[in-house]
Amino acid sequence: MTNAASVVIEVQHNRSFGGASEKFLRRRAMQAAIARCILFAAAAASVLVTVGIVYVLVTESASFFSHVSIRDFLTDTQWTPVFENARFGVMTLVSATLTVAGIALAFAVPAGMALAIYLSEYARPGIRETVKPFLELLEGVPTVVYGFFAVLFVTPLLQIFLPELSGFNLLAPGLVMGIMILPYTASVSEDAMRAVPMGLREAGYALGYSRFRVAAQVVIPAALSGITAAFILGMSRAVGETMVVAVAAGQNPNFGFDPMEGAATITAYIVQMAMGDLPHGSIAYQSVFGAGIVLFVITLIFNVLGFYMRRRFREVY
Amino acid sequence: MQTLNAMHSKKPDKIPMKNINETVYVTSGADAAAAASNTLRADVKSLSFWYGENRALSSVSMPVWDRKITALIGPSGCGKSTLLRSFNRMHDLYPGNRYDGEIRLYPEDRNLIEMDPGLVRLRVGMVFQKPNPFPKSIFENVAAGLRVRGIHRRAVLDERVEKSLKDAALWNEVKDRMHDSAYSLSGGQQQRLCIARALAPQPDLLLLDEPTSALDPIATAKIEDLLTGLRQSVTVIIVTHNMQQAARISDLTGYMHMGELIEYGDTGELFTNPREKRTSDYITGRFG
Repeated sequence: MTNAASVVIEVQHNRSFGGASEKFLRRRAMQAAIARCILFAAAAASVLVTVGIVYVLVTESASFFSHVSIRDFLTDTQWTPVFENARFGVMTLVSATLTVAGIALAFAVPAGMALAIYLSEYARPGIRETVKPFLELLEGVPTVVYGFFAVLFVTPLLQIFLPELSGFNLLAPGLVMGIMILPYTASVSEDAMRAVPMGLREAGYALGYSRFRVAAQVVIPAALSGITAAFILGMSRAVGETMVVAVAAGQNPNFGFDPMEGAATITAYIVQMAMGDLPHGSIAYQSVFGAGIVLFVITLIFNVLGFYMRRRFREVY
Repeated sequence: MQTLNAMHSKKPDKIPMKNINETVYVTSGADAAAAASNTLRADVKSLSFWYGENRALSSVSMPVWDRKITALIGPSGCGKSTLLRSFNRMHDLYPGNRYDGEIRLYPEDRNLIEMDPGLVRLRVGMVFQKPNPFPKSIFENVAAGLRVRGIHRRAVLDERVEKSLKDAALWNEVKDRMHDSAYSLSGGQQQRLCIARALAPQPDLLLLDEPTSALDPIATAKIEDLLTGLRQSVTVIIVTHNMQQAARISDLTGYMHMGELIEYGDTGELFTNPREKRTSDYITGRFG
């Protein structure tokens, strides 16, 4: 506190501060400063952790890329890091990752939209209050449970209809992952739909719209930013999901988009390598970081895309 | 068919103040004669309404004359918006609401309280307090009410969208930007767009719920002008908290208080020579 300010306080404190002493005011300012420091440290910690992860990812993968050219990394269709003649075509893993995430989304988008529309526009409050906790419960199921659900229940079930389906395949984990992200995408979309002002719905009804037309022509367009964000974040989660694919998709790095065959995804490969005892600093060890940075870039692209779509579709009520 | 003369059955001073369900219907002889040549568009007959347990309308009776502007005035919470929103069954969107009584819709003389709300709303248009255009282009906003009625032919849409925008005094401002978002318009323009959207399907009845209360005086004046222009072609019921507005634009005025229609009749009469003390207290600013 400057001298001038303290003088002012001394002269005025009885009147202006309701009788608070200068000591009290100083302690008050101190408390505010401490609170500010603690909160800043908490915010800074999260930023620092993120920066640290990116730093490790970049430095470790830099030494990986000093052994493997980026061109081979992106164009080769073989991924055999522990073979005598090691090859590092990351697209092998990326193809499986995108196939699983694509199947998950192909299931979660229509099902999630239908559920969100039902909850937001059709369901009576009592039904909504019953269904929502179930969705949250579904969100809390550990992912390894979903993995075993995929390999022990969904795959045999699908094999009844698709006899040529392999024991490890991309279809079952894709569908299960769709079920897994469904509660999240449905509940975020439902929040976005419910945030659409009632006045906009009334405008639709007043024109003679049916309930479905109000949902399709008024609520969804108005909530599109939130809905898009929900599905992009769901996609990002599907790409990063590990246990379901590690358990049910197999660990064979196969290039291709065939959902009937098993194939290792990026995350499945990373978990497989992390469980083995690879010598620190070996090329196979470093390949984990090479795969990791690709995963990082894919999810980053989805998040940026989500951000862009949100801005583009944002409507002002 | 009823006439205002028939409604004007009792001498006002003989109506006891305590009898809450008696509305005073005022009209001068000349107006009554003019009204007699008119036809009814709708007729509210002892309509009561409850939000859950709360009674918001108490046995309201009121004729709505074809191609006239009818204003509903009264203090906040008097039930004027509730009455207005009964005409297109807006209350049916929310659970726990209940009607009792009738609103007869002419010429076919059906009680719209017993009709399918979706069908009622295909015939009765509405404009709300806050402009609420859809997140679509200007053109699609006006065409929305036509599309829902199965009108998809481009030539018909173009023609009726243009006519509605002209009727809503917005055409000159938007004709070169029909495919811009409706949200690129100013608040006053958005409200005129909403009026155009409601006019496009040529409703039998147009409801306006304080359409200018969110707007500045210039935008308000534009909307009042366009409403005056509609007077000959559309039946309008307007709720307003602005008494000068009611006096300026309406042919008939109803004064509501605590869910009752206290006095209803010719606008000039009601404002210059109200029969009810409660009406005169309100319009002279002593109350409400």
